[in-house]
Amino acid sequence: MEQQFDTSKIGMWLFLATEVLLFGGLFVGFGLMQARYPQEFIEAHEHLQRPLGALNTVVLLISSFTMVMGVNAAQRSDKKKLVMFLTLTIICACIFLGVKYFEYSHKFEEHLLPPRWYHAQATDTVRDAQGNVSHGYGTFFAFYFMMTGLHGIHILVGIFLLAWIAVRANRGEFSHAYYTPVDLVGLYWHLVDLIWIYLFPLYYLIK
Amino acid sequence: MEQSLKFHSKVADLPRPVKNYLNNDPGIWSWMTTIDHKRIGVMYLVGVMSAFLIGGIFALLVRLSLLTTHHTIFGIQVTAEVYNRMFTLHGAIMVFLFIIPSVPAALGNFVLPLMLGAKDVAFPRLNLASFYLWVTGAVMAVASMIIGAVDTGWTFYTPYSTTTSGTVTLMTMAVFVLGFSSIFTGINFVATVHKLRAPGMGWFDMPLFVWGIYSTAIIQVLATPVLGITLVLLALERVFNIGIFDPKIGGDPVLFQHFFWFYSHPAVYIMILPGMAIISELIPTFSKKTMFGYRAVAYSSVSLALLSFIVWGHHMFVAGQSQLATVVFSALTFLVAIPSGVKMFNWLGTMYKGNISLETPMLYAISFLLLFAIGGLTGIFLGTLSVDVHLTDTYFVVAHFHYVMMGGTVIAFIGGVHYWWPKMTGRMYSEKWGAIGCALVFWGFNQTFLTQFFLGSKGMPRRYYNYLDQFQPLHAFSTYGSWILGAGLFLTAINLLASLRKPMDAPDNPWGGTTLEWTTSSPPITHNFEDQPVLERAPYDYRPEVVAHS
Repeated sequence: MEQQFDTSKIGMWLFLATEVLLFGGLFVGFGLMQARYPQEFIEAHEHLQRPLGALNTVVLLISSFTMVMGVNAAQRSDKKKLVMFLTLTIICACIFLGVKYFEYSHKFEEHLLPPRWYHAQATDTVRDAQGNVSHGYGTFFAFYFMMTGLHGIHILVGIFLLAWIAVRANRGEFSHAYYTPVDLVGLYWHLVDLIWIYLFPLYYLIK
Repeated sequence: MEQSLKFHSKVADLPRPVKNYLNNDPGIWSWMTTIDHKRIGVMYLVGVMSAFLIGGIFALLVRLSLLTTHHTIFGIQVTAEVYNRMFTLHGAIMVFLFIIPSVPAALGNFVLPLMLGAKDVAFPRLNLASFYLWVTGAVMAVASMIIGAVDTGWTFYTPYSTTTSGTVTLMTMAVFVLGFSSIFTGINFVATVHKLRAPGMGWFDMPLFVWGIYSTAIIQVLATPVLGITLVLLALERVFNIGIFDPKIGGDPVLFQHFFWFYSHPAVYIMILPGMAIISELIPTFSKKTMFGYRAVAYSSVSLALLSFIVWGHHMFVAGQSQLATVVFSALTFLVAIPSGVKMFNWLGTMYKGNISLETPMLYAISFLLLFAIGGLTGIFLGTLSVDVHLTDTYFVVAHFHYVMMGGTVIAFIGGVHYWWPKMTGRMYSEKWGAIGCALVFWGFNQTFLTQFFLGSKGMPRRYYNYLDQFQPLHAFSTYGSWILGAGLFLTAINLLASLRKPMDAPDNPWGGTTLEWTTSSPPITHNFEDQPVLERAPYDYRPEVVAHS
């Protein structure tokens, strides 16, 4: 059983490696575009709502904590606590998505969108001779939506996984003898949190 | 054949088990829901061979169209649009539906657990999921062909791929799904090799086929996600005009090429490493001699896998990247040839003073050595910037990659299929027809593709539906070669399929192999081994005293 548990963990870590590379491509793309449009990216990122982003960061960190507590509960065969912590993790994830919805609707209202739909903001300084804004602003938001969107999809998938594990836990399927799925979903969840920890400073904080 | 009878393992003296993995638990539903790696391997084999057939038909059509400057097929005019679709579909099907899955999924799935002395792979249900993802991707790809087809070349370069009509989005999403099939197979194999080896089998006691498949799996896990995100970006660009590849709204079309080749260069090593892995099995077995430089070959597999990630720019020498980048990529490309060379010399060293027998798998192995040498060396020509500037996008490139992919991987794959055929099916194919098939394939392949080196160096561009009159004789010669190649492959297929009508009487170890799969019955029982095998004999240990005791 030990061998099976170890093997499953290797499998999950390998899958997490693929996720890192999936997002990695987008991070590289962002870096290249930032090098191409440095001023535009600085100005564009001022439009992001830092308090909401910070709230989401705290929410995800809490959810990682509740997830770890859940794994711990499984290891101690404490079914009630396990279900409770998984439920709390799901609630945090839903809060995250809710905040995301508000952030996205704000962007749509202000037309802070990819280049094809971007509306020039009064504070945009990089313009050509006719007064049209540089495409760098829209490009920033193209990457913003792609990366936070892909991340959001992973949060959604995570909610389904957590719900499935919670149902199974409620049925009494996990104990200290067997809690592999809890552990593996935990690993997935921590990675999704970690990706946000990279996204948040990259988009919201650094200049 | 007399020689190999001496190597029968003890299992061969026991009565053949009545129930093996093929006839145990019959019925289509049991096959469709199987988690037996051997059944999954067989289903993959049928799948990839069907893809090979479709891709091959497109190839024959392309060659037929190029027979004359009138670009007709059976009298029907071939327009540029139709031609572009034909070569794109040939490439996309061959690369994504056939060659990338072929050795790992069809042969690797079957052989890897047996070689490790395991009952199955680490994640059998994930294995079945991989197979169904392949099927889904195949259905999507075929649908995209029928609905509108794609004319961008298998490389989907922007800006053409983001603006052309045709079912680009569907085809790229098919490839996305196929990518996940590949990733899951890679995850499965890495975990299996780490955790499911038989007692007594350390890393350096594993057969070299396992080292090759393991190295391939590493690439599958690390490189394929990058293709995944690249295709998603392409789809977003097409559907939403999101703008990262469109220069009119601030994007960069060359960015696509960087993203694409970051996966696709390692991908070609996903294609060749398993082929080399097969050769590392065939040569010692049919030379009755231990592998020369086992560790060197093992290390070269891993280093090829790692080095493959840093040479992608050699596909972009004329795409507008900086001179510095170009020089660096060229130098690194020379470096990546070294592990390949190490293998070639080790294989030759193994054959030297060996007791060589020329059964069909060995004929394919020897063909591989010749054809891969040509393919690999011409890769060096292309990696040399000053030469590449003239040869890029000509038939020289086409010839190079067909020599390594077909002359390399496909030849090795066919050799492997013959080698493990008795194990998988319990029957022996006809050696006579196997040899004839190999001869035709070798002759047809060279006539088709050696010619194309000359076409390319004389200036014939690739992906052109028409050409100057002066190229016509060479084009015609190449097309005739394709017919001989097709005939050879067809004959080989018939030979293998015909063997299925014979009774299941193949010996457990017809070739005198020393790896664990030959210690169980042909075909194996569902659980692979009657008892958990413990490794007592190192792979490729042909010393007489060891052989006598086995």
